[in-house]
Amino acid sequence: MSRFLKPVVWLICGAPLVWLGYAVSVEVRHPGAALGADPGEAVVLYLGEWGLRMLLLALAVTPLRRRLRWPELARVRRLVGLFAFAYLSLHFVAYLGFLAEFDWSLVVEDLGERTYITAGALALLALLPLAVTSTRGWQRRLGRRWRALHRLVFAAAALGLLHLLWLTKDGYGEVLAYLVIFLVLMLERLSHWSRQHGRSGPTILRAVQRGLSGGS
Amino acid sequence: MLIRRPPKIPSSEITPESVFRARRRLLGAALAVPAALAVPAALAGARAAAAGPDGEAVTPEDIVTSYNNFYEFGMDKGDPARYAGEMTVDPWSVEVGGECGKPGSYAFEDVIAGFTPEDRVYRFRCVEAWSMVVPWLGIPLKDILGRFEPNGNARFVEFTTLYRPSEMRGQRALFGSIDWPYVEGLRMDEAMHPLTLMAVGVYGKPLPNQNGAPWRLVVPWKYGFKSIKSVVKIRFTGSQPKNTWNLTAPREYGFFANVNPNVDHPRWSQATERRLPSSLFNPNRRETLMFNGYAEEVGGLYAGMDLRRHF
Repeated sequence: MSRFLKPVVWLICGAPLVWLGYAVSVEVRHPGAALGADPGEAVVLYLGEWGLRMLLLALAVTPLRRRLRWPELARVRRLVGLFAFAYLSLHFVAYLGFLAEFDWSLVVEDLGERTYITAGALALLALLPLAVTSTRGWQRRLGRRWRALHRLVFAAAALGLLHLLWLTKDGYGEVLAYLVIFLVLMLERLSHWSRQHGRSGPTILRAVQRGLSGGS
Repeated sequence: MLIRRPPKIPSSEITPESVFRARRRLLGAALAVPAALAVPAALAGARAAAAGPDGEAVTPEDIVTSYNNFYEFGMDKGDPARYAGEMTVDPWSVEVGGECGKPGSYAFEDVIAGFTPEDRVYRFRCVEAWSMVVPWLGIPLKDILGRFEPNGNARFVEFTTLYRPSEMRGQRALFGSIDWPYVEGLRMDEAMHPLTLMAVGVYGKPLPNQNGAPWRLVVPWKYGFKSIKSVVKIRFTGSQPKNTWNLTAPREYGFFANVNPNVDHPRWSQATERRLPSSLFNPNRRETLMFNGYAEEVGGLYAGMDLRRHF
């Protein structure tokens, strides 16, 4: 089972990118055939959406490992995280190329004046050092500080959700679904943390912990 | 009393006469029969000859009818083309009320009876910074409104879109922020302007549902959301009507919504636009023109107004 874990993760996380590659190749030969009237925008939205899903998936690895008592899952956390970073970097590059057309004054204006773009850019910025220090070598070098640094992923996810929330004009169902998933994953961590710290945690944490561990 | 001479529309903004004459003959006949019947394919040849304003290319028909914002049918640009077929447009009635001499409930056919739809090739600029060039078929709104004899108290006109959740899935959606039905409004002088149109067709055919069948407003110098679709109510008012996007996000959308490259929307720079179809390696970005290129015709309507405040 665990032998297939990594290939399966590659397959799941890579599939949307493969599909996009196929769509783009069709689009280049037959404009409008695969990505519609505004293909640049379609690519940007697609990558952003999948990037956010990958990020939430990365955040789900540890809670799932704990709840499913499946220690091997820890081995794919970095992989999923790097996939999220890849999708979101491509999202940004696609924005730069297709929407901003490398018009840097427009990019600066967007970053400064449009708060949803500011939030998105900060999210990607927060992920950058995590991607760089994701190797074993950096993990060793940073020691205890590595874990502290990698808590930035929570800020990145929160900023990413804010980015989506702020750019949504109507139909808040999707962003709400992501928000609920994010909150459940964070509550699981809170519950775990409070258990680790014994009974000293606030009452609410213990209540959450009881809730998540199914009573008792 | 101020008498305003209707501004002249430059010839470059108008379809060549030979083209529209040919079309008109066919269309007069086509539109006289129920909207569901198709128009002869012979029109296709005449249509291809049409050039947009200032020689700009007309957006292909399949894009005009498949890339739409019509949130009553969903948020995705493709949703209206997918789901608007669920809307019944025949029979269609129009309720007219407010400050006018002839209020009442009218059958759509009666409201447009006696008018010959005209060809108008207009730029269409969405607030989301994309644009098209669309060959509408329509009746000047002033002609329609004249039928109802607006009185001296009528300073604005309000329009309402059909509210029918059973046929409009967007109106049934959970977690929406829009308070249906969709409403829009114009100042009376904007409504009576010769460029303002009630479109009943596009590309020489009756309006497809996703484009706002059986008729929709077209105000070419304003952002697309002003051009309300599938209108069922017209009301003349003394005070400025509410409009849906202003109610939904007042900081982002105003009442006037004139295309203005100098006043940015919080989400999009309005200085440029992507003229559709855009392609991956040629986004087709162009400068946005003041009043969407109709400044000469409509600029006078807003003389002395601070367009930054009245966005």
